Amino acid sequence: MFAVPAHAFAVMLVVLALLLLGTVAWSALSRRHPERDYQELYLRIRSWWWMIGILFACLAFSRGSAIVLFGFISFLALKEFFSIVPTRLSDRRVIFWAYVAIPVQYYWVYSGWYGMFTVFIPVYVFLFLPMLMVLAGNTRGFIQAAGVMHWAVMLTVFCLSHMAYLIALPALNPGAGSIGMVIFILFMTELNDVSQYVFGRTLGRHRIIPAVSPNKTWEGFLGGLGTVTLASTVLAPWLTPLGFLHGLFAGLLIGAAGFIGDVVISSVKRDLQIKDSGQLIPGHGGMLDRFDSLIYTAPLFFHYTHYFAY
Amino acid sequence: MPKLTKLVFFALIVKPLVFVVLGLNIRGRNHLPPRGPAIIAANHNSHLDVLVLMSLYPLRQLPGVRPIAAADYFFKNRWLKWLARHCIDIIPIERQAPDLNRIFDTANTALDVGNILIIFPEGSRGEPEKIGRIKKGLFHLLQGRSDAPVTPVFMHGLGRALPRGTALFVPFNCDVIIGEALQTATDANAFVAQLEHCFARLAEYCITRSH
Repeated sequence: MFAVPAHAFAVMLVVLALLLLGTVAWSALSRRHPERDYQELYLRIRSWWWMIGILFACLAFSRGSAIVLFGFISFLALKEFFSIVPTRLSDRRVIFWAYVAIPVQYYWVYSGWYGMFTVFIPVYVFLFLPMLMVLAGNTRGFIQAAGVMHWAVMLTVFCLSHMAYLIALPALNPGAGSIGMVIFILFMTELNDVSQYVFGRTLGRHRIIPAVSPNKTWEGFLGGLGTVTLASTVLAPWLTPLGFLHGLFAGLLIGAAGFIGDVVISSVKRDLQIKDSGQLIPGHGGMLDRFDSLIYTAPLFFHYTHYFAY
Repeated sequence: MPKLTKLVFFALIVKPLVFVVLGLNIRGRNHLPPRGPAIIAANHNSHLDVLVLMSLYPLRQLPGVRPIAAADYFFKNRWLKWLARHCIDIIPIERQAPDLNRIFDTANTALDVGNILIIFPEGSRGEPEKIGRIKKGLFHLLQGRSDAPVTPVFMHGLGRALPRGTALFVPFNCDVIIGEALQTATDANAFVAQLEHCFARLAEYCITRSH
């Protein structure tokens, strides 16, 4: 309890310092331009304080509390997904069992049962939920409902649980511990989001996929990719068991995967003709709006690291 | 005298249930009447509707926020009656009252002391996520009550979480869209049409209704 390895602790302090810098910048801006509306920025920053505060508290407290937090994040994301997609009323019981998969999956994480962790949702839940749907006896729209159900559980429970499994891995980098890897993937994913946004806003000219997301540009994408690759090359040896070269490729992987996660969830929202998936996080939107890129980066980084370092 | 059971019930059970297990997407919160006498008219899909609407208010205001409910349904057994009286603090309406002129006496008394009333003009929960026929009771209650504005609220998603006739509660986020207070209407049909139109317009802001 409260035994945070030195490298992880240092990066936590850096993150808090960056957040403080953002808060000071907001305060100065709103004082210099009282006529402008900085409410949105204020809400964004305030929500960051909450998210990072809760995350750091749970990471520092114990492995168990961090895993419970990640399970809860999966629950909120899965609930949000089921709420915005069309579901059949006859599938309520099936959806209930999909929620039950969350504590079970995170129990495998907690107990460090790697084999079960990787097959539980793609095999057992995958086969079990359609069986429940058959028992409910409604065949109208069966295929689509089964697809939606499985996709929801894969994205929000299976993919996100990889972030939690990083804590269950043995610490090969003693200075950083296992939570170093968690902080690394979260920091890199968010850095990618932020720098893609900043490069896109300042330099963005050439759109990548105007049909899905008119704000996504090559300049933003490459700017984010470059920033994350650079940061990853420097930070990976400090926070993870990876060396410089593997850190460089991890950065490329995270930059590209984060972008794809973002546009995949954007496509979901566009299909449903909604802008935000919820409003749980003021200034950010819903859980899926915030964790869209992490859904892709977490499992890919996990398996990359697992292959090269374990 | 605020009912302690009601405050405890909302602080420890209802609010955590509504904001954590369910989760709300609220639009137009500034339209919510800040004080009584006022009436909130909402569509009805689930027993959760009333808990969600009451949760929009802070605890200190909750004693003055009360739903109108059918006495014959909620007082039919002692457990439900205790819950309705002490935890929700409903305003009971006798649907089969012999004297029709006195049917709204309890509601009028509550408005007189400045309560915020919650009313479901469809009368019953009906089929999940479908708007039933809006009845004229609310119009008749409003006669002679120019002091109580009617705020329409449209909710979506609770009929999936706990529809009529089921006991299995399944978590879903739900939309709560609060509109501007209604105009006063001179006849019942015009009033019903206005409310129907209003619900249809508010429904367009929902994000949990797939188009």
